[in-house]
Amino acid sequence: MKKITITLLILLSMTSFGAMAGESGMPLDKAPVDITDNASLKRGAETFVNYCLTCHGASYMRYNRHRDIGYTNEEILEKMVLTGQKVGDLMQSAMRKKEGEEWFGVVPPDLSVIARSRGADWLYTYLRAFYRDDSTGTGWNNLVFDRAAMPHVLYELQGEQKLVVKTSEKGDQKSLVLDKPGQLSKADFDKFVGDLVNYLVYLGEPHANERKKLGIEVMIFLLGFLGLAYLLKKEYWKDIH
Amino acid sequence: MSNLFNSMIGWIDKRFPLTSNWKAHLSEYYAPKNFNFWYFFGSLALLVLVNQLLTGIFLTMNYKPDASQAFASVEYIMRDVDYGWLIRYMHSTGASMFFVVVYLHMFRGMMYGSYRKPRELLWLVGMCIFFVLMSLAFTGYILPWGQMSYWGAQVIVSMFGAIPSVGEILQQWLLGDFTLSDAALNRFFAYHVVTLPLILLVLVFVHILALHETGSNNPDGVEIKENKNPATGIPVDGIPFHPYYTVKDIVGVVVFLMVFCGIIFFAPEMGGYFLEYNNFIPANTLQTPDHIAPVWYFTPYYSMLRAVTVNFLGIDAKLWGVILMAGSVVIFCFLPWLDRSPVKSIRYKGPFFKIALTLFVISFFVLGWLGTKSPTPLYTLLAQIFTVIYFAFFILMPWYSKIDKTKPEPKRLKE
Repeated sequence: MKKITITLLILLSMTSFGAMAGESGMPLDKAPVDITDNASLKRGAETFVNYCLTCHGASYMRYNRHRDIGYTNEEILEKMVLTGQKVGDLMQSAMRKKEGEEWFGVVPPDLSVIARSRGADWLYTYLRAFYRDDSTGTGWNNLVFDRAAMPHVLYELQGEQKLVVKTSEKGDQKSLVLDKPGQLSKADFDKFVGDLVNYLVYLGEPHANERKKLGIEVMIFLLGFLGLAYLLKKEYWKDIH
Repeated sequence: MSNLFNSMIGWIDKRFPLTSNWKAHLSEYYAPKNFNFWYFFGSLALLVLVNQLLTGIFLTMNYKPDASQAFASVEYIMRDVDYGWLIRYMHSTGASMFFVVVYLHMFRGMMYGSYRKPRELLWLVGMCIFFVLMSLAFTGYILPWGQMSYWGAQVIVSMFGAIPSVGEILQQWLLGDFTLSDAALNRFFAYHVVTLPLILLVLVFVHILALHETGSNNPDGVEIKENKNPATGIPVDGIPFHPYYTVKDIVGVVVFLMVFCGIIFFAPEMGGYFLEYNNFIPANTLQTPDHIAPVWYFTPYYSMLRAVTVNFLGIDAKLWGVILMAGSVVIFCFLPWLDRSPVKSIRYKGPFFKIALTLFVISFFVLGWLGTKSPTPLYTLLAQIFTVIYFAFFILMPWYSKIDKTKPEPKRLKE
């Protein structure tokens, strides 16, 4: 117990802020987020189901919540629910936890609130920053998340990137160049990932649009109330000197 | 109709002191007529307390105090419970706003000398409320069982372990286990929803009773009870709390609600200050986060905890940290006896007090900011300097408040 205490106090004194910037300190690209754009959210949702949900769960989210972004229950069953689950079920991963641990060394994290812990810009940069690296187990590495356990799932679309290191007096400058082109152009791939990240932001807080809409109504009410409350106060206080 | 009402009130009054209490605490409780902006925060604290109690009840209906289900149950509230997201944001924003309001309330007391005789007990009860509030914030923050909940709690609990000889036993007793686990989550839940709110309610009640015994202080620091109309026995500078301050406080409440709702609806995370980003990762007992930072309202004390880096006076650095952290909060209790100034209010105090209070506020903010950063040699040095300033404000007060050049206090309130 004492050892744990000491370790913790040491850890505490070494802790660092900045988990939000990429661990590598690499500047992050701005993600094109607009959670009122249902067309983009739908494209992102389909990408998510086809590419991510195999290994990652979104197990705090129910399929039928996607009626919010303009789907009907029938469309959800047809386009999103792939494994014979019900429309009201949670979006569990098809893979079992133990398999994940055997294949990747870690259980792939649940993605329900990943956009709230990592931030959209980090995800947008990360998903576009994979490059070939034969020294890793998966054959892939990532500029934002060094030695990420996840292989480059979207490589058929993006193509293969390779790392270019320019050594200068200021230190190494790392950048990526496209080595073998994929099925999508760079602009199309950026848009593809942009839609996916947009969906992840929606997934993190499905009620965000409703929240802002209700917020405006509440503020308008309070503004009117403020006027009345002020007049009431003035009326009562007019003879206090 | 009004006859029926009056006879009903009469019926109750024979059995319960309704009218007399209404008069004593509202319609014939005389408050100084010169309350300014700083006097809104007492009633606002009461408003936030009610908000926390009500939203807390609804959260309790859906939250599961179980290490394997807690995180998921919070997301269940956020997604599947009708308006659960609103209830949860009201509660999480309310926690931070409670501290905003209470800090401003305390600062008001420090500016206008509201802790001075005859209000020493009022101040001490207020300090007890502050301690309970801190415990409530701590136990509440654990409940979502995210990474920051878990590791933040580890840090706090390990502080008890730093107490010599009894520390380890005390720590185990608090946790109900050798490590922070499901047992601790269950008991912290019990403290958060039953024990601490009950204590808080009793203390708030006592705080208001004590206030209504001494009467409110005011920006001039004048005792209005010393100047009563001989015919009526009513303080000449006093006005009935109801209706004058009830209607005035409504304006304050609406302005406060605009800020409060602005955060709830448009920035519930407040840039990671009210809801930390790392707390959206479920607690992982095997993976310490890179950076453990408490929520903003604890960061000034956290800075002082980290500020001591060398052993001295035969006490090692980490224990010094714990002593300083505890001392930085407890020292407020001594204010009524540290202040030797002949006047209460900052309006009549001299330059020494004004400079000291300004430096104190600056050091509180700088320490708060440093508490969110990872320590570098420069930051640690800054934390040490500002810790000294923070404590100097209190420890040197008997001296500088006595020799300060004060202006004479007026007999009546100024217009």
